[in-house]
Amino acid sequence: MSEKSLSLRLPTPRNLGYSFNWVGRIGLMIILFWGAVAIFGPWLTPYPVGEIVDWDYFGPMSDKFWMGTDYLGRDILSRIIMGARYTVGISLASVTLACTGGVILGMVAAVAGGWFDTGLSRLLDAFNGIPSLLFGLVVVAAVGSSIPVLVLTLAAIYLPGSYRFARALAVNVNTMDFVTVARARGERTPYLILQEIFPNILGPVLADLGLRFVFIVLVLSGLSFLGLGVQPPNADWGALVRENIEGLSLGAPAVVFPSIAIASLTISVNMFIDNLPTKIRDRSE
Amino acid sequence: MTAAPLVSVRGLTIGATTDAGRKVKIIKGVDFDIAPGEIVALIGESGSGKTTIALSLMGHTRTGCEITGGTIRLGDDDITAMDERARSGLRGTAVSYVPQSAAAAFNPSQRIMQQVIEISAIHKLMPRPEAEKKAVELFRALALPDPETIGHRYPHQVSGGQLQRLSAAMALIGDPQLVIFDEPTTALDVTTQIEVLRAFKSVMEKGGMAGVYVSHDLAVVAQIADRIIVLKGGEIQEVGTTQQILDAPAHPYTQELLAAFEPVPHELAQIEHRPHERPILEIQHLYAGYGPVRNGEPQLKILKDVNFKLQRGRNLGVIGESGSGKSTLARAIAGIVPAYRGNILFDGREQHLSLADRSKDDLRRAQMVFQLADTALNPAQSIEKILGRPLYFYHGMNSRQREARVIELLDMVRLPAALRHRLPGELSGGQKQRINLARALAAEPELILCDEITSALDTVVAAAILDLLKELQRELNLSYLFISHDLSTVESICDDVLVMYKGEVVEALPAAQMSRDASHGYSRLLISSVPQLDTGWLAGLEQDPELVAAFSDR
Repeated sequence: MSEKSLSLRLPTPRNLGYSFNWVGRIGLMIILFWGAVAIFGPWLTPYPVGEIVDWDYFGPMSDKFWMGTDYLGRDILSRIIMGARYTVGISLASVTLACTGGVILGMVAAVAGGWFDTGLSRLLDAFNGIPSLLFGLVVVAAVGSSIPVLVLTLAAIYLPGSYRFARALAVNVNTMDFVTVARARGERTPYLILQEIFPNILGPVLADLGLRFVFIVLVLSGLSFLGLGVQPPNADWGALVRENIEGLSLGAPAVVFPSIAIASLTISVNMFIDNLPTKIRDRSE
Repeated sequence: MTAAPLVSVRGLTIGATTDAGRKVKIIKGVDFDIAPGEIVALIGESGSGKTTIALSLMGHTRTGCEITGGTIRLGDDDITAMDERARSGLRGTAVSYVPQSAAAAFNPSQRIMQQVIEISAIHKLMPRPEAEKKAVELFRALALPDPETIGHRYPHQVSGGQLQRLSAAMALIGDPQLVIFDEPTTALDVTTQIEVLRAFKSVMEKGGMAGVYVSHDLAVVAQIADRIIVLKGGEIQEVGTTQQILDAPAHPYTQELLAAFEPVPHELAQIEHRPHERPILEIQHLYAGYGPVRNGEPQLKILKDVNFKLQRGRNLGVIGESGSGKSTLARAIAGIVPAYRGNILFDGREQHLSLADRSKDDLRRAQMVFQLADTALNPAQSIEKILGRPLYFYHGMNSRQREARVIELLDMVRLPAALRHRLPGELSGGQKQRINLARALAAEPELILCDEITSALDTVVAAAILDLLKELQRELNLSYLFISHDLSTVESICDDVLVMYKGEVVEALPAAQMSRDASHGYSRLLISSVPQLDTGWLAGLEQDPELVAAFSDR
């Protein structure tokens, strides 16, 4: 009955029984905006992405070029729109892989304990010791640069950190009485980690995911700078900043707008994750 | 009372805002006075607002709450009208606070002395050597051992009872006019509680300070307070001198509170006792412990050679102070902490010592209920999910059967069916403990191991849980292994009692004859330490000092 009466009202968060504050809503809107840009990019660009369209380099904002032109005279707006695909897509895919893998392994290690925990922890610690860019360099040099390789490399770089974080949280939850109750009932590991532990570490894990997303965007641009990331003429936002860095002294919009794009995405991801909709539990209204 | 009260509270209301933006009133217009040198107890169940009122005397409210009306005067100061800066000037010097958990109130990485004299340093009351001298005097007045040197230790190097007295020293160093005690002995063993109460009482009498003593334990309050204020639902139910409240309670709620104290003698199990019947649980030469295992024995050995038999339909109580191994016993029986030697026979069949090797059906027959319902229920799962899991796990019920059974189980533990959609955090302590019990019942067990299940509850709520346990036993033919440090609880539900001390069973006897026939020194000490509902009990209590010295590490 209550479901019927709900459908008559507007499905706002509040009517669905959730409270969702404005900071979170703004974050979500910006994320959705960049998501849409990434999907519909090819239909939005005013100029082809790799074509030199202006005789001057580091051109100012104008009617023709809304965000100016880059060091070769290419249109920055078009390059940002196409770059959204790489930045949002690759980062999202690798952060999902890194955190899913890290959190599941971390919880299993916390629940299983013993030699499994020790072995896995030492292995991933050792892995953590390899500098991330160096690791990327070796992998890309060995198998060549392609988007799947980039996604997997970035995921591999950030998995150990996510594992450490999730394991530390899960170890605390694992000592709680309700986990002991579940063990005493005879429950197996998959139930323990998915039903008892995971819901209780979800908040911090999501916050960690937001941070890691930001780091991955930054490492991706670092790889692009070294020529190991997205290959020209395409470029992700980080690469756009790097290739136009000389324009900084000229006050060129070519370096400012990609930076704003990176900042708006990373900040809005964190705004959204810190202010996820929460279910209103006070029902005595 | 005297002409000029030290504290006067008029029309105090404290409110909070919920996540749906609804305003709720926690304290609904409270008036009372405290005379200089008087100790007033605030008593009531959890959620009655006793701690909220006590904290408001310092001008403090917990996050999300605020004082919405009324005045609080302390001496000549109007606390409600002050800004936060002026209030913090009063804290520690005019009014101070002794928290419930001293262990959580001390910083583990600083020496005790440093923390005790912190108030004098913050308010620049006196130079450091003078403050240390004063702290040592306070340690002596609080009957702490080695008063000269105890301040050089770290908090983990003293016992729980000592730490609680040290936190009182911390509160008293600034010579406050009013000291707030927030359930300071609730977390302590009965034998330790006596020492702490004695120390508090003598130091308050000597100093002539006024006190507010927050507690849910009438017997404790009777020893220390001059007057009692009975609270329920944020309102004052009754005010009177301690003697008057104990002898002639006027309000029905106070009467209920007192009635919960009268031990209801347990009727021996009605079921015919057949000696040839197999006992439901038999423990033979059980040894258990924690830590890394070497040569088949764990490093930290807790249980030593425990033997007993529990007949079907009867209840066995296990008593002893914290650290005596009674919880370890329950965990070893359940297989959570595998015993390293000995036999566990369930209904005549020998069980694997570790739960990993036991069959699902054996696990189902013996269920354990934990002390703290707060941590024993997963905060992220709804009640329906918590109760539904054992139904699916042991009995393979589908979702419709589960829902029907969950409603039945809630009814069994006297809770409304609508509660099944809530999260544990939205229930009261007593409700949570009922859910905890219902989860054990969902497995349809034959034996329930109850680990201190009433210890964290208020007297009235605990009495209701005990009644529920007895009723369920009649209906479902259950047997309980009932672990508690509270003798009256054990007396009211158990047929036989084991007294444990340092991992060994020192005495086993029928519950009805416990207070009369106990012969072991430790049992006698334990029995004599239970507070009585009598204002003169603490003053008149004489315990054999040798006995006390022999069985406590104070």
